[in-house]
Amino acid sequence: MLDPLSKFIFRHHHKVERNVTVLLVLSFLVVTIGGIVEIVPLFYVHNTIEKVEGVRPYSPLELAGRNVYVREGCYTCHSQQIRPMRDEVERYGHYSLAAESMYDHPFQWGSKRTGPDLARVGNRYSDEWHVRHLADPRSVVPESIMPRYDHLAETDLRTDDIADHLQVNATLGVPYTPEMVAEARADLLAQGRNGTDTAGLETRYPKVQARDFDGNPQRLTEMDALVAYLQGLGTSVDFTRYEPLAHENLR
Amino acid sequence: MSNIGADEGFPRVPESEPHRGEIDQPTGTATTGHEWDGIKELNTPMPRWWLWVFYATHVWALVYIVLFPAIPLLKDSTTGLLGWHSRSEVAEEIDTAAVARADQFERIRNLPIEQVADDETLRNLAVRGGESAFKVNCVQCHGADAAGGIGFANLNDDDWIWGGSLEAIEQTIAHGVRHAGDDETRLSEMPAFGRDGMLDREQIAAVTRHVLSLSGAGPADPAGATVFADNCAACHGASGEGNRDVGAPRLSDAVWLYSSDPAAIRAQIHNPKHGAMPSWSQRLDPATVKQLAIYVHSLGGGEEEGSREASAGAID
Amino acid sequence: MELVNPFVLLPIAAAAFFAAGYAHDAQFAAHMGLISLLALGLSVWRVATMDPARPVPALAASPAQTRPGMPYYMDGPIRYGTVATVFWGIVGFLVGVLIAAQLAWPDLNLEPYLNFSRLRPLHTSGVIFAFGGNALIATSFYIVQRTTAARLFGGNLAWFVFWGYQLFIVLAATGYLMGVTQSKEYAEPEWYIDIWLTIVWVAYLVVFLGTLVRRKEPHIYVANWFFLAFIVTIALLHVVNNLAVPVSFLGSKSYPAFSGVQDALVQWWYGHNAVGFFLTAGFLGMMYYFIPKQVNRPVYSYRLSIVHFWSLIFMYIWAGPHHLHYTALPDWAQTLGMVFSVMLWMPSWGGMINGLMTLSGAWDKLRTDPVLRMLVIAVAFYGMATFEGPMMSIKAVNSLSHYTDWTIGHVHSGALGWNGMITFGAIYYLVPRLWNTNGLYSLRLVNWHFWLATIGIVLYAASMWVAGITQGLMWREYDAEGYLVWSFAETVAAMNPFYVIRMLGGLLYLVGGLLMAFNVWRTIRSAAPAAHPVGVVQPAE
Ligand code: HEC
Ligand code: HEC
Ligand code: HEC
Ligand code: HEM
Ligand code: HEM
Ligand SMILES: [Ca+2]
Ligand SMILES: [Ca+2]
Ligand SMILES: [Cu+2]
Repeated sequence: MLDPLSKFIFRHHHKVERNVTVLLVLSFLVVTIGGIVEIVPLFYVHNTIEKVEGVRPYSPLELAGRNVYVREGCYTCHSQQIRPMRDEVERYGHYSLAAESMYDHPFQWGSKRTGPDLARVGNRYSDEWHVRHLADPRSVVPESIMPRYDHLAETDLRTDDIADHLQVNATLGVPYTPEMVAEARADLLAQGRNGTDTAGLETRYPKVQARDFDGNPQRLTEMDALVAYLQGLGTSVDFTRYEPLAHENLR
Repeated sequence: MSNIGADEGFPRVPESEPHRGEIDQPTGTATTGHEWDGIKELNTPMPRWWLWVFYATHVWALVYIVLFPAIPLLKDSTTGLLGWHSRSEVAEEIDTAAVARADQFERIRNLPIEQVADDETLRNLAVRGGESAFKVNCVQCHGADAAGGIGFANLNDDDWIWGGSLEAIEQTIAHGVRHAGDDETRLSEMPAFGRDGMLDREQIAAVTRHVLSLSGAGPADPAGATVFADNCAACHGASGEGNRDVGAPRLSDAVWLYSSDPAAIRAQIHNPKHGAMPSWSQRLDPATVKQLAIYVHSLGGGEEEGSREASAGAID
Repeated sequence: MELVNPFVLLPIAAAAFFAAGYAHDAQFAAHMGLISLLALGLSVWRVATMDPARPVPALAASPAQTRPGMPYYMDGPIRYGTVATVFWGIVGFLVGVLIAAQLAWPDLNLEPYLNFSRLRPLHTSGVIFAFGGNALIATSFYIVQRTTAARLFGGNLAWFVFWGYQLFIVLAATGYLMGVTQSKEYAEPEWYIDIWLTIVWVAYLVVFLGTLVRRKEPHIYVANWFFLAFIVTIALLHVVNNLAVPVSFLGSKSYPAFSGVQDALVQWWYGHNAVGFFLTAGFLGMMYYFIPKQVNRPVYSYRLSIVHFWSLIFMYIWAGPHHLHYTALPDWAQTLGMVFSVMLWMPSWGGMINGLMTLSGAWDKLRTDPVLRMLVIAVAFYGMATFEGPMMSIKAVNSLSHYTDWTIGHVHSGALGWNGMITFGAIYYLVPRLWNTNGLYSLRLVNWHFWLATIGIVLYAASMWVAGITQGLMWREYDAEGYLVWSFAETVAAMNPFYVIRMLGGLLYLVGGLLMAFNVWRTIRSAAPAAHPVGVVQPAE
């Protein structure tokens, strides 16, 4: 009981076995197909990324904070991807849309929830809570098993190269304008320091939250940046104006 | 593996092979005739059950692909005969759950909170739902037992910063405390007496002693009492009884938002902390906020008659 | 071409020195400094040991190849690779036990360098790439020579592969501790480390392919099909998934080329096939050599080999989206990922059948031969993991298991059971042959190792299954009125006993590994000292 394909293969396989080049080329072809069929359409199928209003590139301070998040490896415990399930929506908020991470190089959806999902943690806690929680998680949540990140509050944020960071992102397709790149460092300082003029920042990055985040207005630390990033997470889309069941949003 | 050595009318060794296999004694199966570093290969046919299961998974896959969205096309993808989508599925799931409690939620939403609490059924439901929402949204700050922590208010006791009636609690939860994005949020700021040079070290030390004396935690300090009367009484009251209109905590009891440690009190006077709580009306629907308020009210410190007994048994 | 040569090394040392000096960040400076020192040290050593009469130093030895009629095998890099496998295995297990303990007792985190979130990638890369990778390189070099009756192609290129790979490991590992990471799972190393690995990997492919081309046997043995597919596919996956633009060519930070949903699928196309080709295809190559050799029986079915090989490599590639079920990845892609994962069940079991049934006619050897037992239990765990995997790929199951410790349990029944055990078996097979000793120092220790590791795996997997299912159910548990029952913190607290048991299981596994290290060390020591200095060729049997 053999299908014709297997019969054919058995009859001719010895040719493959006796020729390195054939074996190499054939293996290579066989392993490329699946990837091409699955990945390539994601770049052109029109509703892969929903059309929603509000998603904007990270402000320079948020981007710097995101880099702290990436560097520290928070993805090892936290997902940033709420699945369309009732319990997750009730626990964390509206399920995540592809549009919400479209400027994320790299994505940080994660694969393990040792800690809760962070996709919509923005505005859920006070800055002070975040600072204390990051510095000493068990001081606010006794059951927590999260490590301490006290050192972030002690480390000044590096700001001199932030324009280069925006520029690389722009090269990769994030819609940072030349003006945003030029003003990157000024915007970063405006967002993270009390009392600086934030008008330019706010027009470039709508809904941006500007203040001292780490409770230490004298210094602009990595903690300022990380908390600024966390406080913005999941806050960009106005879901009262989103049609979840519109045809183009079902994919 | 029943069919070892069996064959399906298929030549044991392909004709084209230069070598003819020998028969392997223990199994009675032919080898392919090759040898690598002493390793030979039997030409056993594929186990039949294996092949059948393999085919079966293909058939299942085909059916599945036809029923569900699966194949990327030029502009979009196939949608499948069932018209199923993960997003419409969850919408349905949530709708079903919402419909099941729509009546009660509707009533909770529309009735003033007092009346919700007066209705036995609604109150029980609210306490239950409030507890659940509390676990999801509040325990991170107020603790699993709602006992709070340094800087985060204890919600079990009858000492309230912003008020312990149902309406006051509802207001606090709905709009938060010092939450930047909410116009109705609870606002007030204790001045930074030390940092801004209004009081010197000596005065701060004295008023600290006075504050401690208010709750009997230390001896009276006349100098401190003067400073207090001049600077603090406006908010915290002449005898430190507190003032809920401006969220100034009562200082004449042994309950502390920050701590009774003199250093903490000095720090608060020098450069005060301004605790903040998010505004929940932006995240939760009004019925849930009401449930939360009723639940918090039931925890033991709720003010006004009747609520205390009603809460018995609702806490675990 | 001689690479270990001051004319090559000194310019590298100088370039790295300047790169360190002008580095954009301290981490990059540290890495370039390390490279500069290594290159400098190597060239000093090279000059010091230069012997005009014997132009090739011990490290790069390739003495005359010609004893008439006899192929000579190059076993130096394999000996080193075997020792490196044992060494990195211990390191990886140790870090595994440490992070397991950190999840049970969070005060064991020492910030910033020894925080869980920096150590976890050290563990995953340590066990997969350092332990698994060295095992794959060493065994593939061993097997390809024996099954082609040809010497490794490319002369010292094999040494370059070995040392280049160790440098990759050291750069990646030290980088993680310093916070040099892309935060893409299993692809954490930054751009410059990726480029280096690409160079090493191409060299690996050249050595392997070249040896196949030189083969004296007309047919290519099935083990080599798997090794070849593994090497080629990993090259493809690695290059595409790591496309990135550095912020500065003198700094460590880069931004990956893809973003969001596309990045997610590229990442899990990579991540799943790191499992499929690194941890599966390559290790199947090992299985196809060591089991028939150890049990001294023919491979069960040539036809099964053919069908399961081609279907395995074809279908694995499609299965990546099962890591993204119910995410913002479009439903159609999730469907494809799911159906191909289920169809992958039988191709995977084809390998298991071919491994297990190779024992037919010789099952009794299991009672007496602990090395064989190790190899066989590995295949059994492979069968388990590849049944569990397709099951977890079904969306209804995955909706519960995803994000939980169930996944961790699945990973480790595959990793500890299949990858670990088959590697241990291979090491026990190889060491006496590579050092030409009279068997192993102690078979009793092998037996102990077997039981410690097996009990360790059972504790690990069982505790994580219970933990994962508990976690998944608690997250979604509703009471009669339809309200969520548990806070997240309560679910964290509920995991504690399981985390403790998992740590104990890991500890047993680690102790087994230490016994193996001791056994290997005593075996090597028992070899006649001068008989086989490292790097000297060994005649084929
Ligand atoms: C070892 C695992 C672990 C690591 C690593 C970790 N966390 Fe956590 N995290 C947890 C756990 C467990 C919780 C839940 C208990 C708590 O609130 O502390 C949590 C909670 C949180 C929360 C509160 C989320 C909520 O909705 O309640 C935030 C925000 C957070 N973590 C941020 C981070 C950031 C940022 C990093 C990296 C710098 C990080 N975490 C690293 C385990 C971890
Ligand atoms: C980011 C941390 C945080 C979260 C989350 C939080 N709270 Fe609060 N809450 C606070 C702080 C801080 C205060 C004290 C405010 C002050 O200092 O005046 C407070 C005060 C309160 C008060 C007033 C207590 C009083 O004595 O007047 C109530 C009631 C309350 N919270 C209920 C809730 C409920 C219900 C939730 C969840 C829906 C919640 N809180 C979530 C931080 C938080
Ligand atoms: C403008 C109003 C205002 C004035 C004037 C004021 N306070 Fe306060 N005080 C507050 C508020 C509001 C808080 C609560 C801060 C919070 O909720 O985080 C507070 C908190 C405190 C606390 C912490 C209480 C606790 O439970 O931990 C102490 C102690 C205190 N004040 C002492 C003083 C003293 C002493 C003075 C005078 C020198 C003073 N306050 C003047 C508004 C005031
Ligand atoms: C002593 C033995 C080991 C112990 C104690 C151990 C422990 C751990 C722990 C605690 C984690 C983190 C789990 C989490 O985040 O919740 C982990 C992750 C992981 N380990 Fe191990 N491990 C061991 C051996 C191995 C081996 C031998 C391999 C592979 C060959 C391996 C591969 C992995 C992988 C791939 C992950 C990441 C899983 C994921 O992201 O889903 N481990 N291990
Ligand atoms: C037919 C074979 C297999 C299939 C279909 C399969 C399927 C799966 C699935 C569905 C997940 C969970 C994804 C998630 O929910 O996040 C997973 C995770 C994983 N599997 Fe398998 N599996 C298979 C075999 C194996 C084997 C043999 C190993 C060897 C070690 C392995 C290693 C892993 C690892 C490391 C992960 C964790 C990835 C991560 O999240 O970091 N799998 N696999
Ligand atoms: Ca600051
Ligand atoms: Ca990389
Ligand atoms: Cu996978």
